[in-house]
Amino acid sequence: MTYIAKPKFHHPGLRKNELGYTHRDYEGKISTLCAGCGHDSITASIIEACYELSIEPHRVAKISGIGCSSKTPDYFLGNSHGFNSVHGRMPSVLTGANLANRDLIYLGVSGDGDSASIGFGQFAHSIRRGVNMTYIVENNGVYGLTKGQFSATADRGSKSKKGVTNTDNAIDLVAIALQLGATFVARSFSGDKTQLVPLIAAAIRHKGASFIDVISPCIAFNNHAGSTKSFDYVREHNDAVNRLDVLVGREPISVDYAPGTVQVVEQHDGTRLALRKLDADYDPHDRLGAQTFLQKHAAKGQIVTGLLYVDPEAEDLHTHLDTVETPLNALDEKALCPGSAVLDKINASLR
Amino acid sequence: MKPTDISAPDYFHKVVDCQWACPAHTPVPEYIRLIAEGRYSDAYMINWKSNVFPGILGRTCDRPCEPACRRGRVEDNPVAICRLKRVAADFKDDISQRLPRPAAKNGKRIALVGGGPASLAVARDLAPLGYHCTVFDGDPKAGGMMRSQIPKFRLPDSVIDEETGYILGLGVEFKGGQRIDSLKQLLAENYDAIFVGSGAPRGRELDIPGRTFKHVAGKLIGVTFQKVKAEYDAKGRRNLVPSGEPDETVPCDDVLVAVGQENAFPWIEADCGIEFDKWHMPKVDPKTFVSTNPKVFFGGDAAFGPKNIIWAVAHGHDAALSIHKMISGEDINERPLPEVHVSSQKMGIHEWSYDNDISADKRFKVPHRDKVIALKDIRAEVELGYDVKLALGEAQRCLNCDVQTVFSAPLCIECDACVDICPMDCITFTENGEEDDLRQRLKAPSPHHDQALYVSGDLKTGRVMVKDEDVCLHCGLCAERCPTGAWDMQKYLIDMVHAGSTCQSKARSAA
Repeated sequence: MTYIAKPKFHHPGLRKNELGYTHRDYEGKISTLCAGCGHDSITASIIEACYELSIEPHRVAKISGIGCSSKTPDYFLGNSHGFNSVHGRMPSVLTGANLANRDLIYLGVSGDGDSASIGFGQFAHSIRRGVNMTYIVENNGVYGLTKGQFSATADRGSKSKKGVTNTDNAIDLVAIALQLGATFVARSFSGDKTQLVPLIAAAIRHKGASFIDVISPCIAFNNHAGSTKSFDYVREHNDAVNRLDVLVGREPISVDYAPGTVQVVEQHDGTRLALRKLDADYDPHDRLGAQTFLQKHAAKGQIVTGLLYVDPEAEDLHTHLDTVETPLNALDEKALCPGSAVLDKINASLR
Repeated sequence: MKPTDISAPDYFHKVVDCQWACPAHTPVPEYIRLIAEGRYSDAYMINWKSNVFPGILGRTCDRPCEPACRRGRVEDNPVAICRLKRVAADFKDDISQRLPRPAAKNGKRIALVGGGPASLAVARDLAPLGYHCTVFDGDPKAGGMMRSQIPKFRLPDSVIDEETGYILGLGVEFKGGQRIDSLKQLLAENYDAIFVGSGAPRGRELDIPGRTFKHVAGKLIGVTFQKVKAEYDAKGRRNLVPSGEPDETVPCDDVLVAVGQENAFPWIEADCGIEFDKWHMPKVDPKTFVSTNPKVFFGGDAAFGPKNIIWAVAHGHDAALSIHKMISGEDINERPLPEVHVSSQKMGIHEWSYDNDISADKRFKVPHRDKVIALKDIRAEVELGYDVKLALGEAQRCLNCDVQTVFSAPLCIECDACVDICPMDCITFTENGEEDDLRQRLKAPSPHHDQALYVSGDLKTGRVMVKDEDVCLHCGLCAERCPTGAWDMQKYLIDMVHAGSTCQSKARSAA
């Protein structure tokens, strides 16, 4: 870790967003993670995405569990709400917070240990319920805080830093998220911000359960030959199916791609996702096709990245429960206690 | 772009904007760090070696370093480099033991015309090598215009006495009250070399035809000015011509004429071998300072017209080197390259030998003497100089630009850690291209094209690392966050070559 605070000075020519903030205004405290940690690049990508979307920091709740990944919310959005919960319990805390106040933007930050082991069930249920959130897993395949044991996402056959081969099958969180009905599913790589930043931005604008699996090399324990989550391995085996541009507002799409290669997806809130196809056969609206595609490529040792599935007409938990538009935490006594006449009416209906 | 050659002595030198801008190339950040450590005598000696008159310059320098200072591009005001120099002079201990000893004479005699900063700088460099230096001046004491023209409330005599004394104490002979009236006569005395540092002694004439003084009953009541505009002829020379606007009268009781100084060489006879150009200036080589007479050198204001003390010192160093080479039988046009030292400042995992925590303080004001007292006594110095506490605060504002960010492409794994941590968005990893194109693709705008781009060789992904040196804080966070040591903070020290420097022709070394 670094002992000095990051200097407050910034480049005099930094651009400002619609709110008059520079990207530096979206930073948090200085990272205490190991030098070169992939998680720090994900932090920088979240900062960039929130800056680009001109998000008001006080409208964001960032919630995490335990682990290296779950420390990162301290390093971005220093003026947002935060909850560092119990190990693996981020999804429950986030679900509860979301039910109480549907108006905030929910960022769930977790890791492969937090989501694929101790919090696996929590992860599954928050996705299955369609909680309106952006669920980011910073996936490095090892338990970094306890010195590099394999985690549940480590690929079978990959080697630890000490040379031990992993004999367990890996959990593919993207496959599980697809199966459980996530309405926005993506995978990316901490070393490729041009891909990651728009994915995070699109996920934040998506209404429903958005899940992003970000492969994030652990410099200290999982960046060696034999690892399948190292910088070199991911760069060599990265199979990006598409590239994304996020367009907020009504400005015309002026992306100069060859005709037929760009697919425009309009989300509920008007955000348009311009998807530049890199794999002509890949259809991000085909949940079943995505699952097959992923498994075929995984068998070949390839890591499929990009926007893998999106349902632009998605619904979220509040829609399913038919809750009121006003956040529950903002309902006043009058709304919550409509009086004895209403109570009598309800009681009568139950007799 | 081609990978940046950081072993070229000028590359990192330019990054140290203050040192690059200083005619004498004083290692500014190095002495400011010593001031912060309370090592005032050490800071003084670095200055003394480089600019000869730290106490005088710390009060009077026109400080080309300060407009160049990187801090001025990062926030509003540059570091008060000049006034920190004065701090070194004010708080030093007795440094007399650190000065060179008067050397055994080598039998060579140098005459120096004029006792100002240029001549004294030459004498300072040559006397320790055994040259017998004789300084002639019409005034009784050494210092030239530093003594005669700068008001005492800015530069007290005691400071001039002290610093000219250090030079005369090296065994330099000073002949005060002896104005040289004839170069021919001086040449006849068979000196091995003559240095002319006689300055620009003549007050410039104010010969403006359009000017009229208005008098009423013999009393001045104002001046009427004709409006003029500048026109440039085919050779780019400036001429002032009437603009046609109505005249302007400025009422006043008195008129002060302060339009500068100019050169005058009535004492140089036509047959001394010194050629003059059409502006009546001697033809002087701008690198070696030799005139058309190979034994006669010029420097300071006498060489190229009125400048200032720090330029006179820089000329003095170069002229002294030429004189030394000429007398040693070497080619004076062969100028040895400066020696460069680059060394890592890493002390531990997150520990550096310099203070990399950037101070957010604004520039500290120098305390002034109470106005009532200052106005009563014209000789009382107005600026009091920083006290120790203010000096420390100001010293901490220095960004340590001489501690360079050094990048090693083979070690880089392109993890982006440096990009993410850099507070100034200086670092970009991108595809290579021509400079103009690359400047468009940087993470932050690049408005100062005179500030270099540091470009690496090709990295594993085929991209290159590009660092815009412009507003780098030299905080070392890139190096702290680098997992492989591809970034390192290395202190760059450049030793300007003075007469008698050891290893004058040794190849320089850099990282």
